Amino acid sequence: MANTYVSTTNACKMCTPMGAALVFKGIENAVPFLHGSQGCATYMRRYIISHYREPVDIASSALGEKSAVYGGGPNLKKGILNVMRKYDVDLVGVATTCLTETIGDDVGRYLYEFREEFSDLPLPELVHVATPSYSGTHMEGWHAAVRSLADQVVKDKAPDHGGVNLLPGFLSPADYRFLRGLGERSGVRFTMLPDLSRTMDGVIWDDYHALPDGGTPVAEIRAMGGAAGTIEFGMSGGLAESASGVLERKFGIPARKTMIPIGLRATDSFMDTLSEFAGCDMPEQDAFDRGRLLDAMVDGHKYIFGKRAVVYGEEDFVIAMCSFLGEIGIQPVLAATGTQSERFGKALIEALGDVCVTMPVIRSGADFKDIEEEAAELAPDLLVGHSKGYKLARAANIPLIRVGFPIHDRFGGQRILHVGYEGALSLYDMLVNAVLEKSQDDCPVGYGYL
Amino acid sequence: MNKTILEERKSQMHRIGEEPFAMACNRPSLAGAVSQRACVFCGSRVVLYPIADALHLVHGPIGCATYTWDIRGAISSGPQLHRLSFSTDLQELDVIFGGEKKLEASLRELIALHSPKAAFVYSTCIVGLIGDDMEAVCRRVSADTGITVLPVMSEGFKGNKREGYAAACKAMFRLVGTGDTAGISPMSVNILGDFNLAGETWIVREYFKKMGVEAVANITGDGRVDDIRRCHGAALNLVQCSGATMELAKMMEEKYGIPYQRVSYLGVEDMAESLYKVADFFADKDPDIKAKTVALVREELSVLMPKLAELRRDLEGKKVAMYVGGSFKAFSLIKAFRHLGMRVVVVGSQTGTEEDYKELAAISDPGTIIVDDANPLELAQFIKEKDVDVFVGGVKERPIAYKLGVGFCDHNHERKIALEGFVGMYNFAREIHASVMSPVWKFMPRRAAGRVTCATKEAVNG
Repeated sequence: MANTYVSTTNACKMCTPMGAALVFKGIENAVPFLHGSQGCATYMRRYIISHYREPVDIASSALGEKSAVYGGGPNLKKGILNVMRKYDVDLVGVATTCLTETIGDDVGRYLYEFREEFSDLPLPELVHVATPSYSGTHMEGWHAAVRSLADQVVKDKAPDHGGVNLLPGFLSPADYRFLRGLGERSGVRFTMLPDLSRTMDGVIWDDYHALPDGGTPVAEIRAMGGAAGTIEFGMSGGLAESASGVLERKFGIPARKTMIPIGLRATDSFMDTLSEFAGCDMPEQDAFDRGRLLDAMVDGHKYIFGKRAVVYGEEDFVIAMCSFLGEIGIQPVLAATGTQSERFGKALIEALGDVCVTMPVIRSGADFKDIEEEAAELAPDLLVGHSKGYKLARAANIPLIRVGFPIHDRFGGQRILHVGYEGALSLYDMLVNAVLEKSQDDCPVGYGYL
Repeated sequence: MNKTILEERKSQMHRIGEEPFAMACNRPSLAGAVSQRACVFCGSRVVLYPIADALHLVHGPIGCATYTWDIRGAISSGPQLHRLSFSTDLQELDVIFGGEKKLEASLRELIALHSPKAAFVYSTCIVGLIGDDMEAVCRRVSADTGITVLPVMSEGFKGNKREGYAAACKAMFRLVGTGDTAGISPMSVNILGDFNLAGETWIVREYFKKMGVEAVANITGDGRVDDIRRCHGAALNLVQCSGATMELAKMMEEKYGIPYQRVSYLGVEDMAESLYKVADFFADKDPDIKAKTVALVREELSVLMPKLAELRRDLEGKKVAMYVGGSFKAFSLIKAFRHLGMRVVVVGSQTGTEEDYKELAAISDPGTIIVDDANPLELAQFIKEKDVDVFVGGVKERPIAYKLGVGFCDHNHERKIALEGFVGMYNFAREIHASVMSPVWKFMPRRAAGRVTCATKEAVNG
């Protein structure tokens, strides 16, 4: 459906460099570096910190008027040197902004010059990614950054190690933690790129750390060239060639894209792919959790059957979430994403074909004004998405199930588990309880048993 | 000194008593230093944001609008239009062919949808580069719709927040003088530089009401376009948060001959002094105003001081670090902390001036560290060096304190608790008390005592 308005009201997306900055936060001893004006880094830091409640140091070349006229090369180089002086960095991830893309700064060349000029210093890995804010959303920035890492850091075919590269996309630290655990349980060597499990949900410190522990080690990224296969969650923002494609082309590593494993079927298919690539059986714990999930789905089915949900957020996340809602009997009535995407609708219909009789209204390139206007016609019982839907939930007096990013009005957004059978179980509890709480609150009797 | 402090940053710090006062400031942020500052756009956006019946349209790519959507605790007693986030959401083709058409269409559409009293259009980095003639578009739409549309020249890269404040003041100044001043009391003020966070402007207005002083316009907390249009009818401008609105006060003085006074509604002395200043100003118009003000302050203090004394017992001797946007807040807070028996040992700001820092040095204790345009690693180092108990700052500073197991008070624009006025001083004291007195600090790894206590207990139990 075409957008009704020229202007955007209450956007359902963030800007491109934000996604890249988040990816670089998931690399061990890395500093994200935004090549642009100081405000971009600061605004994003505030936005990210409000969700994760962790230090988020994002450097900036802090360009002023002069640089906008004469180019930002000198500031970029000076900035990288300063980052090297202050932080023991293994990697600096340079993402451009609308400012530097428009003035035509050639960051690749600046970095080449930098390596030449300072060849006497121990240099960190310098990775660059083009993320003009006027093109795409934070997810396009995310996928472009992961691709840049695969392209620029994985330089050679590494010795075969039989491990699996996992490109999970933008999930919660709890999700990355779960996936790491799955690797350990199943005995598969996972190289997860990126890994925000510890960098964005870390421990208390006895002394201040310039950079948090955790993240994908650069050495492991280099070794991705020796994996048995690459699993990439989602459709990678419609990139002609995503990171898994780069690894396949350069090193012949088989690539497979699967839906983000939210819910029963998506997790099943992820587990199948994993055992295909790594030759492992499903770990006992996951098999047990699968059974518990099915058990819960039976116990709770009546409470939620036919409930109508509006789902919004990132394209891949919405597809996977709708797939899960559909299989537990909740009807997604509107699926909306801020991303302009032609594949979105097709993927949704594929995901829901087996479990839903009616397909949801599908909106790509949507803002919250669009979502609000659509929702007004659809009489939803639930909203499922990040915290920016609160205004709508409040106006409609329906529960908002907070998932994804950002969650700015609740505590612990970084600890919400979405993926795997275990994630499905905890989401299932949240959904059923939201429905029960609403009916209990609205009921004059105030039943103590439900 | 270790590597957390870069050589080029050293001139922007000062330790009182250890060296003669000399501090560099008002510089562009150092590349790669991870400054806590934002940009010109941010400065304009925070100042104008609370004008509740205006349309605020961000002309640029989506990020600038997304990251400022409903960001402040600046509340409105009526319209809520300011809490929506409007953007032209420029795309690649707009950047190539120019964004004027999209801007014009967006403005017409949004004005028709929301019937605002006026519209502010914020320029962003990209608009400064592609050269959209915002002025012309705004003029055209104003003429056609009858709604005043004001361009705010806030291209992000053109400086720091201060330039953004100036751009906001210039835009507002075009509204001033366009309204009817009939009926405004000769004893009247405009409240500049207060943003009605958690209803703070209402607290201050209530004091003025008791003194018989009319508040004409709030600039900009709970602000209204029509109030700003007629605010040149007020007798006096009261300017808080001097960086943000001082320029508007100066322009109004020059054009309309309205004098201004610097005030602060934070803390006990500064709040009382600000009211007394206003009473003095109007003393020739109302001989009773002084007595009314004294009575008001006395009554407020009689409630406040015993409560403060109670909290002070727990807080005595604790050490504070603070990092704020503009330094006016720092002056008031240093005094406020003295009422709680606490000592400020580190104080810094994003955009202080040399005079600000000189004045801070004059009122702070020897050994206090003063810092301009600091960054996370510097702040962490100072917190450790001075072994502070509580840190005062904004969201970006919070994890720096928390990761070290140090208490924190959010004194930034997102706060939801009123900290101004006498009642605000009590809220502030409680806020500090709640953080400092929490038992959780005992268990933090940085506090060796915490580990000992636990270990001893285990030994006893075991």
